[in-house]
Amino acid sequence: MSKTDLPLTPEDVAEIAAILDGTAYDRIDVTTARFRLRVARDGQGFTQDWSFDEAAAPGAAMAAAPAVAPAIQADIGPCVRAPLPGTFYRAPAPGAPPFVEVGAVVTPDTVVGIIETMKLMNPVHAGIDGVISAILVDNATMIAKGAALMLLDGALPDGPAL
Amino acid sequence: MIRRLFVANRGEIALRVIRTARAMGMTTILGVSEADRHSLPARSADDVVVIGPAPSAQSYLNIPAVVAAAQSARADAIHPGYGFLSENAAFARAVAEVGMIFVGPELSSLTAMGDKLMARRVGIEAGLPVVPGGEAADKAAARAQAERTGYPLLLKAVSGGGGRGMKRVDAPDQLEAQIDMAMAEAQAAFGDPRVYVERFIARGRHVEVQVLGDGHDAIHLGTRDCSIQRRFQKLVEEAPAPNMPDDKRAAIEAAAVNLARHLGYRGAGTVEFLVDAETFDFYFLEMNARIQVEHPVTEAVTGIDLVEQQLLIAGGGRMALRQGDVAVQGHAIEVRINAEDWRADFRPSPGRVARAVWPAGPGIRIDTHIASGGEVPPYYDSLLGKLIVSAPTRAEAVALLAAALNRLTIEGVDTTRDLHRTIAADARFVAGGVDTRFFEGLAA
Repeated sequence: MSKTDLPLTPEDVAEIAAILDGTAYDRIDVTTARFRLRVARDGQGFTQDWSFDEAAAPGAAMAAAPAVAPAIQADIGPCVRAPLPGTFYRAPAPGAPPFVEVGAVVTPDTVVGIIETMKLMNPVHAGIDGVISAILVDNATMIAKGAALMLLDGALPDGPAL
Repeated sequence: MIRRLFVANRGEIALRVIRTARAMGMTTILGVSEADRHSLPARSADDVVVIGPAPSAQSYLNIPAVVAAAQSARADAIHPGYGFLSENAAFARAVAEVGMIFVGPELSSLTAMGDKLMARRVGIEAGLPVVPGGEAADKAAARAQAERTGYPLLLKAVSGGGGRGMKRVDAPDQLEAQIDMAMAEAQAAFGDPRVYVERFIARGRHVEVQVLGDGHDAIHLGTRDCSIQRRFQKLVEEAPAPNMPDDKRAAIEAAAVNLARHLGYRGAGTVEFLVDAETFDFYFLEMNARIQVEHPVTEAVTGIDLVEQQLLIAGGGRMALRQGDVAVQGHAIEVRINAEDWRADFRPSPGRVARAVWPAGPGIRIDTHIASGGEVPPYYDSLLGKLIVSAPTRAEAVALLAAALNRLTIEGVDTTRDLHRTIAADARFVAGGVDTRFFEGLAA
């Protein structure tokens, strides 16, 4: 896939802003098959807003958010949810024992796992008092923000155990 | 002469390198992870090769995969950008072994600057001042070292870290008691009584010098000040370093050139110094053997395209630039717009950017890979883009920065924009020349 048309350069944008400056208009929209650029007047200066044709990038959103597990379930009772998206780890280091196992008694400040997001390790706190009754997510799994990670107390829904 | 350039990086720097390489007539090939297949840099490169899955360890940090991708694309050179493999000697060696050009310094320079102790040793060899200090095995040695180091000084446990076993000594009459205590604490905490005696610099600034070398000669492109940091992450950078006496500035620039000459340095590099904010005495810290995130402020005040210089030098040419060709004019400031909730301890905030409205107009440069609808994957660092302003004077640049930040709108993820608005309005920043403790005193 070879491309010959690069989106406009910063110099092009500066020229468009200069053109706009010499007119009575407040904005210029440039729309092509591949991108849209809006250069607009804002107070004493200008803004630029780019967007790119999503159709030209099938699966872009998929590629950025793969295999997110599990789904954000709404009513499963007391649980620990992911405070942010990333890779969930049950232990502080590879080979180390997990922070908690089923049956562990936790308080709001108990660290039950970590989520690696953007090169940073973020602790996951239990958030409430209780006993861990089920761990819903495997170690090193990519999870979405708000995903249920663990159930507490008798929060395990009826049906087959996990 | 480089004809086909493989870019082994992502985000704004990948786009930045592609732009200059294309303007120089090169064909650009971008190596991407699965998560970056449809990024703006991927849309801008002539060709794209997928090097591996989203996690960096399996893609951008995977040396065999990156080299194989570059070979499959018939590239004759690899630009590593910053971060990832940019200062990795094993990578530079692997690139050379398959007959490709590594756009960076010689292996010997990468190795010499590879760790801080080694860099300190090489810096001393090149005649650069380093923070005075040294190790002391017992009390008599500590006294002798303190005599050489001067006051105020710090006593640190050799085996220590995290501030434990660290004592500040302001005058010789306090030394006896403090040595006893420091050694006892070091022994108790680390099982090793040895201490390191180091000059204490109460108010330090982080000042760095941009250098260019071609293996034969070296020049500098002036100073940058990066004192506004949080946990050693730079937030704001400016060129030139403000409020610094001319003779001290000339001395620090000369020291950086001396180091580059001593190394026979090839390419673009940055020599970092700790500068005493009161006396302007300076001490060599380390050298970054790559392009820096903050390189645009130097470009803004010199008019020199640093990536172009990197590519020309890597292509085998002698440097056409002479020191006399470099004139620093005006003032430039860069702020890093990160996808982070800075009010929640800078918690990362990946996700989809619903709308990205960046400022535009005279004196404003935006280096970003994020447009409206863009994705910020959770796998990589949080830099969304950089806002660079330049103006004839620092006061005008600060005013332009404040106005430009007011026109910046990112929806969908948290950003550090409002932190930068707070900084731009801070009286200490407006005055210029702040030290590295600036962030602690920031009124949020």
